[in-house]
Amino acid sequence: MIARWAVASLFFACLIGLWQLAVNAHIWSPLLLPSPSNVFIYLWSSLEDGTMLEATLVTVRRLLIGYGMGILIGLPLGLLTASFRWSQDTIGVLALGLQTLPSVCWVPLALLWFGQTEAAMLFVVVMGTLWSLIIATDTGVRTIPPIYSRAARSMGSSGFHTWTHVILPAALPFLLSGMKQGWAFAWRSLMAAEIYVTILTGFGLGHLLHYGRELNAMDQVIGVMLVIVMIGLAVDKTLFAPVERFLHRRWGTGRQ
Amino acid sequence: MESPAPATEAVPTKLVLEHVSKSFQTSSLHVQALDDVTLRIAEGEFVCLVGPSGCGKSTLLNLIAGLDRPDGGTVQADGQPISGPGPHRLMMFQEAALFPWLTVLGNVLFGLKLVNGLSSAERREKAEYFLELVGLKRFMHSNVHELSGGMRQRVALARSLAPNPGVLLMDEPFGALDALTREQLYGDIQRIWSQHRKTIVFVTHNVREAVCLGDRVILFSPNPGRIREEFSIPLPRPRDINSVDLARYSTEITRVLKGYVQSEVAG
Ligand SMILES: Nc1ncnc2c1ncn2[C@@H]1O[C@H](COP(=O)(O)OP(=O)(O)OP(=O)(O)O)[C@@H](O)[C@H]1O
Ligand SMILES: [Mg+2]
Repeated sequence: MIARWAVASLFFACLIGLWQLAVNAHIWSPLLLPSPSNVFIYLWSSLEDGTMLEATLVTVRRLLIGYGMGILIGLPLGLLTASFRWSQDTIGVLALGLQTLPSVCWVPLALLWFGQTEAAMLFVVVMGTLWSLIIATDTGVRTIPPIYSRAARSMGSSGFHTWTHVILPAALPFLLSGMKQGWAFAWRSLMAAEIYVTILTGFGLGHLLHYGRELNAMDQVIGVMLVIVMIGLAVDKTLFAPVERFLHRRWGTGRQ
Repeated sequence: MESPAPATEAVPTKLVLEHVSKSFQTSSLHVQALDDVTLRIAEGEFVCLVGPSGCGKSTLLNLIAGLDRPDGGTVQADGQPISGPGPHRLMMFQEAALFPWLTVLGNVLFGLKLVNGLSSAERREKAEYFLELVGLKRFMHSNVHELSGGMRQRVALARSLAPNPGVLLMDEPFGALDALTREQLYGDIQRIWSQHRKTIVFVTHNVREAVCLGDRVILFSPNPGRIREEFSIPLPRPRDINSVDLARYSTEITRVLKGYVQSEVAG
């Protein structure tokens, strides 16, 4: 465990070292490539004056609400498309088509429909998450070996009980990877929305990134990017990784 | 249709199949999986179904389990037409079909939870009893993938026995196991059957296995799937699969069985 930490720390220390070397070599102007310490100073001051914390809260709140809505709508719809021919031919086809649409494409439509509001932001996040979640759920349910539900039916399970006690748990590994993918899509779409749309109800990380560019403040741009990466890592390590470990242990999949 | 047990029979009839037929239509061809099959199985009887691949043995079990409906004829259990699956007639599949998202104990509890009128303490007690019976109580908190193939089949056996079904349907349950493990399971299943007196319908490719376990061995022939012949096996129990008496029966049955396969090839 300690060895793994040491390796990881060394690796990232080396990355920062290389970065500092590149700065010292003066290949690029300091305006384009600020030094690690400058970025650190920006991060520190933005933490002190509260802008970073506030922007993070605004963004994470949108993310959670939008992602949560995406799951609440997408999961049942995915189950639906996997169960009936008619829903597969309608909702299924719709989801298949729309999931290929990059989420940034929803931004103009969201702006026209909802104006510069919080609703526009959520709409883009939900559209970014929903379709791929439907597809993942559908695939997960279809991939379950039919022997499980036959065995369950033979023991007297039927209808709703089969869904909640057999099909959902059997599809869990697929659902989880679908949810992970959905999370990544939610981030992407929210950042696209925040960078393109200025709204007055909240100043998120995407906005911070956007203004960093406007002000030519590379330390801010890189600092915000680092924060985004950190949040992504933290969510993966605290939310998804434990569930994944549990599934691997139960199913006996993955490398130990 | 009423079919009370005839007065001449000492034990009541458990399962009655009359003129059962079932066919499958796929995109490329029409298969008559079962054709006019009539079969009576007494309560507590151990019946083995043997026949070449594709002669409708699994189809027959599915019909008895209520997982499928016949095209024609009737299938009855305890004098009632079978309308669907249920915990009175449990199916044990060729592959163990255990649920990987549950522990060993969770798997055995799954069927018990579908039986009405059991408290959770009673369910737990039953589950542990049957795991003990198949010799796997020590593994009750293990994950399914941590068991060997034979252990999984034993858990599947415990899972099928726990809800106390009157009828146990076993579809080549030991097909994937090595000879030694199988012999051990023959012992287990005979012991459990004599203690708990279930009606067992057991499908196998292995004639020796059928003779070792069955009161009766029923031979099927394919295309269309039909019952061809029946053998009573009046050997005393417990039976040893390697005994000479048993070999005599299995040689005889194998000879008859080969006849069908050859006529099949010739025709
Ligand atoms: N769901 C199905 N759809 C189409 N055909 C089927 C289906 N189930 C069974 N059949 C056909 O019915 C016939 C009998 O199948 P069944 O599985 O009952 O054979 P079996 O006697 O159990 O064979 P085996 O010993 O190989 O398991 C086969 O020809 C098979 O192709
Ligand atoms: Mg079969």
